[in-house]
Amino acid sequence: MASEAHAAEGATGYIIHHLTPLRVGEGFWSLHLDTLFFSAVLGGLFVWFFKTAAEKATSGVPGLAQNFAEMLIEFIDTQVKDSFHGNSKLIAPLALTIFCWVFLWNFMDMFPVDLLPLIGSLMGIDYLRVVPSTDLNATFAMSISVFFLIIFYSIKIKGPVGFAKELMFQPFGPWLLPFNLLLKLVEEIAKPISLALRLFGNLYAGELIFILIALLPWYIQPVLSFPWAIFHILIITLQAFIFMVLTVVYLSMAHEDH
Amino acid sequence: MSINATLIGQMITFALLVWFTMKYIWPPLFDSLEERKKKIAEGLAAAEKGHEEILLAEKKAKKVLKEAKEQSSEIVTLAQKRANEIVEESKDTAKKEGERLIVAAIAQIEQERQQAKEVLRHEVVSLALKAAEQILGAEIDQGKHQDIISKVSNQLG
Repeated sequence: MASEAHAAEGATGYIIHHLTPLRVGEGFWSLHLDTLFFSAVLGGLFVWFFKTAAEKATSGVPGLAQNFAEMLIEFIDTQVKDSFHGNSKLIAPLALTIFCWVFLWNFMDMFPVDLLPLIGSLMGIDYLRVVPSTDLNATFAMSISVFFLIIFYSIKIKGPVGFAKELMFQPFGPWLLPFNLLLKLVEEIAKPISLALRLFGNLYAGELIFILIALLPWYIQPVLSFPWAIFHILIITLQAFIFMVLTVVYLSMAHEDH
Repeated sequence: MSINATLIGQMITFALLVWFTMKYIWPPLFDSLEERKKKIAEGLAAAEKGHEEILLAEKKAKKVLKEAKEQSSEIVTLAQKRANEIVEESKDTAKKEGERLIVAAIAQIEQERQQAKEVLRHEVVSLALKAAEQILGAEIDQGKHQDIISKVSNQLG
């Protein structure tokens, strides 16, 4: 248990300590340095790997990195083509970025819960929350960006008037205009909220269970953490996949003109 | 748990990542994939074509082989026929030659017989003359009795 001095004593203190981000500033204009740092590093890792693969890309026999990158690209491309029928240069790279970045965020969950905070405490950092997707800021940042894209494409494809008409006259026709508007607004706003909260909730809960397992005696820990870690491999991939697919689906809905 | 400026920072990072992926990562990798797809398709088509060409070539080879066989058997037949002819011809010539030799031999035999006859006649004549000389006891004048001698001699021929 790292830096007990700063936390409350006992199991509750341990849990709270693990879930407290490294924060600078007060109020809204404060920053979670750990979230920013880890997500930037992971984003850099993603970009570096794919850039290397892209630079060496040949249409001949691919190398190991290119093979892996191409596998992911084919996978994403298939997903995008399945649900998105428009023609957009943005959607597929967006989906690839979301899938890889979210997966890498989630993958931070696979490190032992005390390892990185312990290293941090040795370097004088008291609080360290290593999984960016357990920070609502990270998940909401992504889902709100997606929300902006949905609005942007809705207006771009349907035109401002078309989009306004869709908000007002669907699904129940012009006579129930206020009801339609309310329904549509809830529907649109529910998209980023559900995206962000789903990812956050899954990963937060997963992390919490790892922390709870870490509280148990050492001889029980492997019995529980091993199956949970295996199960978690599925969850982190699935959550990244869900975020990506839903983004693609929402954007394809934005492209559909009624 | 609070929402704060981290959100904005994360959004900026996200936008940068998406922009970078869109600009530098997706296009080259996707293009190389498409190009490879094309190459493979072309390779498969070429293989298919090659296969067809092989089949055609095999057919052609079979045809040529068949023709060659037919030709060779024709040649053999012709050669056998010719050989038979040659044998027949040589038989003929041999027969003719044999006959000619026989004829020549017969002619020679005849000639020799004539010669022997001549010699014999002369000897008989002289023997007869000698005998007549002895019988008559007197010398017959050969000049005087030439006519008689030649008459007898002719009768002997």
